[in-house]
Amino acid sequence: MENKIDWISVALYAFILIFGWFNIYAACYDDAHTAVFDLATNHGKQLMWIGVAAIVALLITHIDPHIFSSTAYLIYAGVIGLLILTLFIGTATNGGLSWIKIGSFKFQSSEFAKFATALALAKYMSALDLDYSQLRTKIIAWTIILIPAGIILLQHDAGSALVFGSFLLPLYREGMSAKILITGLIAAVLFVLALLINKFILVGVLAAIGLFYLFVWLNKRTRTHYVWVTVAFLACTAFIFSVDLVFDKVLEPHQRDRIYVLLGKTDDTSDTGYNVHQSKIAIGSGGLFGKGFLNGTITKADFVPEQETDFIFCTVGEEWGFIGSLVLIAAYISLLLRIIRLAERQYSKFSRFYGYSVASILFLHFLINIGMVLGLLPVIGIPLPFFSYGGSSLLAFTILLFIFLRQDQERTTPI
Amino acid sequence: MSNQYQERSAVVRIIFITVGIIFIVRLAFMQVFDSEYRRLADQQALRPITQYPARGLIYDRNGELLVYNEAVYDLMVIPRMTKGLDTNMFCRVMGITRDEFDARMNKARKYSTYSPSAFMKQVSKEEYGSWQNHLYKFHGFYVQQRTLRVYDKPIAAHVLGYVGEVDKDDIKNDKYYKQGDYIGKSGLERSYEEVLRGVKGKRIMQVDVYNRQIGSYMNGAHDTIAIEGGNLYTTIDAELQEYAEGLMANKRGCIVAIEPSTGEVLAMVSAPGYDPNLLVGRVRGENYLKLDSDVNKPMLNRALIGQYPPGSIFKVAQAMVALDLGVITPQTGFVCDKSLVGCHNHPSARSVQEAIKMSCNPYFYQVYRRVIQQGKYKNIYKDAQYGLTVWDDYMHRFGFGQKLPIDLPRGGMSSGNIPDTAFYNDKRWYGRDKWAFSTIYSNSIGQGEVTVVPIQMANLACIVANRGYYITPHLVRYYGPDSTRNEEFYTRHETGIKPAYFEIAANGMYDVVHAAGGTARRANIPDIDICGKTGTAQNIGDDHSVFISFAPKNKPKIAVAVYVENARGGGGYWAAPIASLVIEKYIRGEVTRKDVERMYREATPCQKLPLPRTIKKKRK
Repeated sequence: MENKIDWISVALYAFILIFGWFNIYAACYDDAHTAVFDLATNHGKQLMWIGVAAIVALLITHIDPHIFSSTAYLIYAGVIGLLILTLFIGTATNGGLSWIKIGSFKFQSSEFAKFATALALAKYMSALDLDYSQLRTKIIAWTIILIPAGIILLQHDAGSALVFGSFLLPLYREGMSAKILITGLIAAVLFVLALLINKFILVGVLAAIGLFYLFVWLNKRTRTHYVWVTVAFLACTAFIFSVDLVFDKVLEPHQRDRIYVLLGKTDDTSDTGYNVHQSKIAIGSGGLFGKGFLNGTITKADFVPEQETDFIFCTVGEEWGFIGSLVLIAAYISLLLRIIRLAERQYSKFSRFYGYSVASILFLHFLINIGMVLGLLPVIGIPLPFFSYGGSSLLAFTILLFIFLRQDQERTTPI
Repeated sequence: MSNQYQERSAVVRIIFITVGIIFIVRLAFMQVFDSEYRRLADQQALRPITQYPARGLIYDRNGELLVYNEAVYDLMVIPRMTKGLDTNMFCRVMGITRDEFDARMNKARKYSTYSPSAFMKQVSKEEYGSWQNHLYKFHGFYVQQRTLRVYDKPIAAHVLGYVGEVDKDDIKNDKYYKQGDYIGKSGLERSYEEVLRGVKGKRIMQVDVYNRQIGSYMNGAHDTIAIEGGNLYTTIDAELQEYAEGLMANKRGCIVAIEPSTGEVLAMVSAPGYDPNLLVGRVRGENYLKLDSDVNKPMLNRALIGQYPPGSIFKVAQAMVALDLGVITPQTGFVCDKSLVGCHNHPSARSVQEAIKMSCNPYFYQVYRRVIQQGKYKNIYKDAQYGLTVWDDYMHRFGFGQKLPIDLPRGGMSSGNIPDTAFYNDKRWYGRDKWAFSTIYSNSIGQGEVTVVPIQMANLACIVANRGYYITPHLVRYYGPDSTRNEEFYTRHETGIKPAYFEIAANGMYDVVHAAGGTARRANIPDIDICGKTGTAQNIGDDHSVFISFAPKNKPKIAVAVYVENARGGGGYWAAPIASLVIEKYIRGEVTRKDVERMYREATPCQKLPLPRTIKKKRK
């Protein structure tokens, strides 16, 4: 039995898409070229991609939803093959090797790895006899995630690889221990603190917290308490002292610079910090109501690099002001919450898991991208879903979303 | 769905919402509460460009252009935006050394790192053209168009004045001015500054990351249009001015020529002078120092600031005062008694007219005594005080002892000195009841404590020419787009003395030039009735040579005062012929006495002049 497509999601998607196009138009606008549809311009190309995305979305809503589940592994395997192929024949763009070039047409295979991985993981996790508490299950699940992430990392696209961390949320929903989330969070906080504060002071503070927990907080102390606090303390200490190693050996120089800029350890606004500095100026100067469509002085004058792609939010901030930014953020959050709501009403576990994956992937892009332009997170170049200029990402996100919306139409039928 | 899963779903939702809220709060701080970003944005993306209006032009009375403008370019720099500048390339393109670059840059930084200041000033069109195409490579630099004054004829420098950059006081006194603006510093440029300067405009341009202008900000909503400066239509006759300046070459002194019926100054010469082009543009500073340190003070406008003893020309005014007071009649005669005061050899004057013709010193000694000691009081000191007060009032009616309200800066003007009772009563001078006619009689022949400014001398000639009144001498007929006329300049200032008495003065002055025994026969020109009065003013150095004149006698068209400093040889010898040449030039349009013209043009006051041929012939 077929239900209507979820028009709220479609409307939010369409709103973000159209608002995005207007901002791309503004970002590459110059007085000499005002034609709306001109394939020589980025906004013209984006208009074409929007058309393509609409057709693809329409196609998806008309095919049998069962096909996604039945071909999940096949799609996954195909994309992995494509990713490996990219490693060999890929074209270098902005330091990454993630583009495949066919004639004049270029696409980024990593964009398509996201929904493929989501499908494969959903398929695996929805197996009837699956027991997530078994180690074997965990290993297989994480292998499904880490294979594409690893290949993408080899393509020097750390941002896209990081997005695969979003699968933590659907796994958590399906029963993964919250401790992993919390441990991740603590690790992130310690990582930042270790870079900012003297490590011995940090260790001292941690020791104090541990002692406070043991002897003040707890009324009754068992041996297990002592053991766990000691283990946790030692683990934290080891982690803190390995931060430098990770920082120096694992991260690439530009990544280190970006983190330093974020933490305010360097004050450079002309080189590494330039993008974010300009981005903040553009957004901050928008004021409450913005400077008005096509009136942005910073974005229009090319002060912000990558302003149609990763830094597109600058245009929103500058030309549409706080009100416009608020509306866009509200639209994203509404879409995410809507997807979660839809996921929870799924009859099949496959659809639910896939729905959570969709929401989480979109969320991580949203978090990293806007966190970056607002200067809250280091510069990690990933697009703002449905909003940034770029055909591959628009198409991939559209497929990602509409596969789920298609399943939602069939939610009452078990898949 | 179990509770655990509901909880977990809620955790995911809470994470989403929390991130959204964090972003919104961050945005609120950046966009709504912090105005620093807006300032930074405007500063880097907007460039206010002052539109300097063209300064008003200055014309002579016949519509000849005296002063106009030429475009030059200021290379502006915003030091903060020059990061990453290829200094070597910059220096090579601009043709400056590294040291020069550092010096200029430091100066600009000192002024402000955020605001633009001039890096190189007044670059010519040609020079600008040579590096214009490279400018885009240099972030933080741009060009602003300015104008400079140009003078085709190097004349009337003192009248026109010069334009220079504003100083701190100018900026403090008038908020219109910003550092680097130009302002009239002297002459008409200064007194008509508000007319000439126009109104500055402002355009806000958007610049892109490459420092290129990409259009106007908000379609020019915040722009203001520059309003061109108003033109001045002066009373100066450029041809006459140029001619008169030529006559004063190699001499010190001045010439003032006025149209008596209107008070319009036809020519105003101060010698030595300077080429006004010297005080324009980048050479100005150096030339200014040179001119300023010159012992002959070429930058002073002697016609307005020089306070000279008037000498015998002063006698004309004394005669008028005495006649008006009734202390003498036109037929009063006095013996030329050289025991009273020195005089040259001549028959005694039997009338006022004769006395003026012969410029008899003892005669005017007697005239002045009758004015000062009128016998109103028995005490001669009191009587002298009364007489001097009356006389003082008359002198002021003649325009002496005060700055004439000519339309040039008041600061560059003197009032001259007409001593009054307070002056002599001052203990530092004579003191109360310590002076009477016998102490001050030198005033009668324009010596002593009296000093007069050349413009006042020319004005005296105007008063006689007009038979009793003068119109304020002025230099501008009308100005601006509406041809504004300052009516104040056309009011009559009456002396209150009967025109009939001035007729006697005019007759006497006619005789000075034409009659046998006249002191200025050298000023005689066939066909033109010149009336004049010579003066030879004693002073510490050689005598000054003075002559006031007007012509023709009836319905005079021009009044001229000539003052030649330290010209050994008296008024008739130097000043009178020069005045006659000016008059001839103005009335006839050309000078027929080429030999006289050449002689005075080339002469310097140190050499003894032979009598001009034309005058020799006449004598026969």
